[in-house]
Amino acid sequence: MTMTLEGAAKPPRSNTAFASILAALPRIIFAVYMALFFLYLFLPLVVMGLATFNASKFPTVTPWLGTTLDWFAALWADQAMWKALRLSIFIGLGVIAISLPIGTAAALFLNSLQDRSRSFFYALMVSPLLTPGVAIGIATLVLWRQAGVGGGTLLIVLAQASFITAYVMLMVAARLQRFDRTLEDAAIGLGASRLMVFRRILLPYLKPSLLAATFIAFLQSFENYNTTLFVRGTETPLTVYIATKVRTGLTPAVNALGLVLIALTVIAAVAFELSRRSSQRTAKP
Amino acid sequence: MTRSVELIDIEMTFGITRAVEKLSVTVESGEFFSILGPSGCGKTTILRLIAGFMQPTAGRILIGGRDMVGIGANQRPTSMIFQSLALFPLMPVWENIAFGLEVRGVPKAARRRRAEELLDLIALPGYADRMVHELSGGQKQRVAIARALAVEPQVLLLDEPLSALDLKLRQHMRSELRSLQKRTGVTFIYITHDQSEALAMSDRVAVMSAGILQQVATPRELYANPRTAFVARFVGETNAFSGKVERIADGLAVVETEHGTFLGRGAAGLKAGDAATVYVRPEAISLGTGAGGNGLDALAEQLEFEGATAMLHARTEGGQPVMAALPHHRLTDAPPAGARVRLSFEPAQALVLAHA
Amino acid sequence: MHSLVKRFGPGLGSLILLGVAVWLVGMVLAPNLMMLDFSLRPNLTPAQIGGPDDHYTLVNFSALFADPVHRAIFFKTIWASALVMLTTLVVTYPMAFWLAKVATHRAVAWVTVALIIPFWINEVLRTLAWYILLAFNGPLNVVLVGLGILDTPMRWFGDAGVLAGMVYAYILFMLFPVYNSISTLDSAQIEAARNLGASTIQIHRRIVIPHAKAGIATGCVFTFMLAAGSYVAPALLGAPGSRWFTEVIYNWFFEGGNWNRGAAYALVLLTLCMVVVMATLRIFKVNLADVAK
Repeated sequence: MTMTLEGAAKPPRSNTAFASILAALPRIIFAVYMALFFLYLFLPLVVMGLATFNASKFPTVTPWLGTTLDWFAALWADQAMWKALRLSIFIGLGVIAISLPIGTAAALFLNSLQDRSRSFFYALMVSPLLTPGVAIGIATLVLWRQAGVGGGTLLIVLAQASFITAYVMLMVAARLQRFDRTLEDAAIGLGASRLMVFRRILLPYLKPSLLAATFIAFLQSFENYNTTLFVRGTETPLTVYIATKVRTGLTPAVNALGLVLIALTVIAAVAFELSRRSSQRTAKP
Repeated sequence: MTRSVELIDIEMTFGITRAVEKLSVTVESGEFFSILGPSGCGKTTILRLIAGFMQPTAGRILIGGRDMVGIGANQRPTSMIFQSLALFPLMPVWENIAFGLEVRGVPKAARRRRAEELLDLIALPGYADRMVHELSGGQKQRVAIARALAVEPQVLLLDEPLSALDLKLRQHMRSELRSLQKRTGVTFIYITHDQSEALAMSDRVAVMSAGILQQVATPRELYANPRTAFVARFVGETNAFSGKVERIADGLAVVETEHGTFLGRGAAGLKAGDAATVYVRPEAISLGTGAGGNGLDALAEQLEFEGATAMLHARTEGGQPVMAALPHHRLTDAPPAGARVRLSFEPAQALVLAHA
Repeated sequence: MHSLVKRFGPGLGSLILLGVAVWLVGMVLAPNLMMLDFSLRPNLTPAQIGGPDDHYTLVNFSALFADPVHRAIFFKTIWASALVMLTTLVVTYPMAFWLAKVATHRAVAWVTVALIIPFWINEVLRTLAWYILLAFNGPLNVVLVGLGILDTPMRWFGDAGVLAGMVYAYILFMLFPVYNSISTLDSAQIEAARNLGASTIQIHRRIVIPHAKAGIATGCVFTFMLAAGSYVAPALLGAPGSRWFTEVIYNWFFEGGNWNRGAAYALVLLTLCMVVVMATLRIFKVNLADVAK
């Protein structure tokens, strides 16, 4: 890499060992960086996972009080956890029911607009993503209090949907941007109605992005804490349940829950990726 | 012959730009009709107006004698082949072909049968279940044609469908399109910027420039008797010498130019004193003093061999370039670069058009 | 609007419009305007509402800056969020560059999966993992003392814990935008710069970073916003001395019982984030459309 002509012609012999170390230095630094990066990324998870199998009442790996699977049984028997899980799933489905159609509509709306009004609406639509989650929760809470509706499942769904819709919109809009509008003309020219063009041409084209958006919307809802915290009323979805456990008595059963969730999401992600690849293979654009 | 498509005083403006100036054209039933012009001349706009994707600013469109006002693109007896073909990528070939039948509520079995018949027609039997991306360019082309024919249109609209193909395939598809049109008897309206394509396939050609209809004629007529300077220059190669009409005698105009005095067929309405241009095709110019009396001196510059002929590029004393197509048997005595040459052409082969 | 109806027909077109209106008006604009209205009113008992005290006032905002504790927490939240943002950028930049320009396709696929796995679980569990790791009698202290690096266990909870937990939580929000923008850089530019004699640092400073500025801006905007609005990490990994502005807001709502003041504080937080977004976009000369991808 060095450009010095004299240096290249006559390398100082005595310094070769030192020079080779010096040359390897960036590699060494980089290797250390990579190791630290992944250590940082996985150490907490590994510790959390291992703690599940420790007989200690408080989740930790030090000291190791004996290996056990009891905490999975404790998790299985935890009725409050099941209730929280059911609620989270219900909320996730509710968010999908609102965000998927509206987010798709928003993407279609944006796609049909002209330049100037488009950037205005675009800014308005992505603004919930740049708003702190607590502010979204609070704004929803105070609005609905005026209508006499207090915190609870309905408000959780509405508050979450208000920003998750933006994710759906972005995902659908990204695919829509690559859509060839002459396909619509072609279908119309062959006698199709507007509705048929939508159902037979546009919707099948958007299908992959709609599936991905459904997945992401559910995950975002399922994971949400900040917004939910303010609009939950007396309801306890899963994230809130886990957070309150820290105060009411943390046991490795929560770690077991974490392990199960990781396993489930990894399986879902792999399945999703595989189905995406296979559908890509059968229908290359 | 019956009238298939009539455009009556059509105009189209987008905001302040005028895409199509007031024009009227009648396309006969079963005709292969081309609209030829450089890109941006308004030809695609006309096609989209006929298809119903746009409404004209003024004027009427009749198809099969029926006024098309208020009739949407999906209810017109037309069918279009797009420049990009616009095949539906997520449907197999047969569903593409049968899409027009599907939206008309034809049962699936009948749709499939019809699609297979059409696949036979376009010489792609057995391709029904292929996906679009598995086809070659020429095969896609044919599927697009089959899809457009499946709805049994009165008029097929083709928007430069061959432009994406390579030269060999394009020439092959030309003759295929032409024979398909003759077999089916469907009226074809074909848009192209490629004059050789238009001349080779069409019964009649309309030439457009800057939204203005220049001339509608058979390919032969268009080549032999261009009505405007634009047509003369756009259709085929030509030499142009501008000057002033001295007088008109026996239908021949005598034109004074700075390269000499030339005789040529005067267009109707041409009179003495008009500023005019003499147009001569390169193949009408021969080396040496031929019969007829139009002669000019030039300096040979280079010779381009083109197969059947060779194009001699020369320059007059006034600096004007002149092209002459030399037939094969004259190549042996072709002048070397820098040689003085005498060129000549018959008055019957020269056309004189007054300046607009 | 006209083009919408023209493209989708009157039925579907109006459904689309209706959906967009319900979202933008009912779920985005109305709640925020109501929050603004709320923040400008004093906290009244039901009996006082409509009475002489029910008028617009800035008292909820002035209270924030009059209270030294709240003021200090507010400003601390700003600079600590900025610190989280910068740390995340420094930590992820080499990885982003490596993924975009050095790693093979296979390596990128594997590393991406490895990076994403921790993020399939929610922020609360992720923070909980750190809570377990950093506990006073937890594994980190045991290992560090055992190795002789520390004499006595450290109290990690507090500023250090919050920083570690937050950077961890938001790494991907920085990594992916930066990675995406670097990967659009033509590698030949790097080679050309090197060929012209540029050092590694010069290459990054003059070629890679300017090219990746949209991605860097995006990552910074998101990381700052998420950090400033974070609640879990300070609640779990913090100490009394490292309180976060969101915790103050929460207390106004659910312990102090003054929603008007809470709304005002939340609005200040929202405004802060918007200002940071706008300023960052202006500084990096980036357009909003490049941010949300």
